[in-house]
Amino acid sequence: MQDLGDLDSLYRELILDHHRSPRNTEPLISPDVEVDAVNPFCGDEVKVQLKTSGGTLNGISVTGRGCSISQSSASMMGELVKGRSVEDAMRARRAFQALMKGEALTEDQLADLGDLEALQGVKRYPVRIKCALLAWSALEDALKRVRA
Amino acid sequence: MKTSRRGEIYDVMKVREDFPVLARKVNGHQLVYLDNAATSQKPRQVIAALVDYYERYNANVHRGVHTLSIEATDAYEEARAKVQKFINAPVPESVIWTRNTSESINLVAYAYARKHLKAGDEIVTTVMEHHSDLISWQQICKELGTRLRFIPRTEEGLIDLSTIDEIISARTKLVAVTHMSNVLGTIVPVREIAERAHAVGAVILVDGAQSVPHMPVDVQDLDCDFLAFSGHKMLGPTGIGVLYGKPEILEDMQPFMYGSDMILEVSYEGAKWNQLPYKFEAGTPNIADAIATGAAVDYLENLGMDAVWRHEQQLTAYALRRFAELENYRVVGPTDPSLRGGTISFTHDQVHPHDLGTALDRLGIAIRTGHHCAMPLVKSYGHAAVARASMYIYNHEGEIDHLIEGLKQAEGYFSHAGSRRS
Repeated sequence: MQDLGDLDSLYRELILDHHRSPRNTEPLISPDVEVDAVNPFCGDEVKVQLKTSGGTLNGISVTGRGCSISQSSASMMGELVKGRSVEDAMRARRAFQALMKGEALTEDQLADLGDLEALQGVKRYPVRIKCALLAWSALEDALKRVRA
Repeated sequence: MKTSRRGEIYDVMKVREDFPVLARKVNGHQLVYLDNAATSQKPRQVIAALVDYYERYNANVHRGVHTLSIEATDAYEEARAKVQKFINAPVPESVIWTRNTSESINLVAYAYARKHLKAGDEIVTTVMEHHSDLISWQQICKELGTRLRFIPRTEEGLIDLSTIDEIISARTKLVAVTHMSNVLGTIVPVREIAERAHAVGAVILVDGAQSVPHMPVDVQDLDCDFLAFSGHKMLGPTGIGVLYGKPEILEDMQPFMYGSDMILEVSYEGAKWNQLPYKFEAGTPNIADAIATGAAVDYLENLGMDAVWRHEQQLTAYALRRFAELENYRVVGPTDPSLRGGTISFTHDQVHPHDLGTALDRLGIAIRTGHHCAMPLVKSYGHAAVARASMYIYNHEGEIDHLIEGLKQAEGYFSHAGSRRS
């Protein structure tokens, strides 16, 4: 696949793995909050359900349908924030958004993002950034409601 | 009509020379432009018409007595007459310049439907409309208390006329249907629907955005009351559209927008509306783009719309045959090339359309992915998005081969990706 070889910087193996076998897709029974996000541009969907106690996300379900970028980002996001504090999740969201905007991240910020660093290549494909951010906008809404 | 040595209806390679953008390379590959249902490319002749107007006789129309203004007015009105002939409208004043198909439809919604429809009346459309021929009517229904009804599709994606006599009834006052689906490529039997609409005393609007650029369209033969279409999908510039209306119906309508050019006489107390078509063209119109649309019509007439349509039918048949060879790709819509145009939507069993679109772009192939402004239709097939390749006069079998090859490569890329190093 010589011609498509330069796609490897976008479609890292970790991304395709999360797309093929997304994590944390079991729906929560009676979640505290539930948020749906849709990208009207392409029709991609992500649903985030959260259960919290004492400021910790002790239950998360992330489901949806769409392209490999939107769905892998959703799956990795769920893995990252599961069991973390609301503050940690908010910080991760800010770091991921900065990564997509092409801003320089500190080592701490990169470490905060874990596997999501694999999505770095997306910033070279501006029309796909919205795909990567879809799940995070749902998470942001959900976190705001948790805190409200 | 002669057939060239390549079995083509006209010399496609010669046509391509008229389109500067087609010589472009994208990501190191020769551009293969297959997003014509979104917008077509423009030939040198159309671009030259724009430049000529701005360089030689730029002036406002219908106002000045000076030479430039007279020339601009003549060219603007000549372009209208070209469009009139192109769609076989009875008189030039039945052709109104708008901004695009959406504005043409809105004009009918506001200036016709609001005046002539009332609560309890029904508007009939199809399940395969573009959002611009759906949302206007939804809003009118909310405002007036009219009811929106839908002509269904068959499983395959053809219009199902079996219940048409029940759906279009004495309560129907307006029928608005697309002539060709921008997703499925389906040709809608407009003449039959018009006949039924007129039998119950309703008017019919045809959304010709996807048909007028591709096939001979004759408003008198279709017997439609309104026809809406855009310049930019038929080699013309963006920002210009057309509404055709039967003159007696247009006469009976109120203006849609108020301003200069659409009045005959103004006092401090009121105004008397200008005659057709100016009643509907308030303010300084889009002069340059109207003139360039005339040049686009010339270009298409020169090829002949019969030839354009035959070329696309041939290419569509070829593309559908090639798609049938692919195991994991499925065409969404009718597979009989005689019942459809050259807009082919498809999906892959595993790979998402958006990922396909990005992969093809790496190979210089431009297609569109998404819901194509027809969300309910795409959903009814169980998809949130589909990929779409759409053809025009300058596409050829070699480009279809590139597309098919690209789709195979994309499939290979995404299915073998598991063996790559991360």
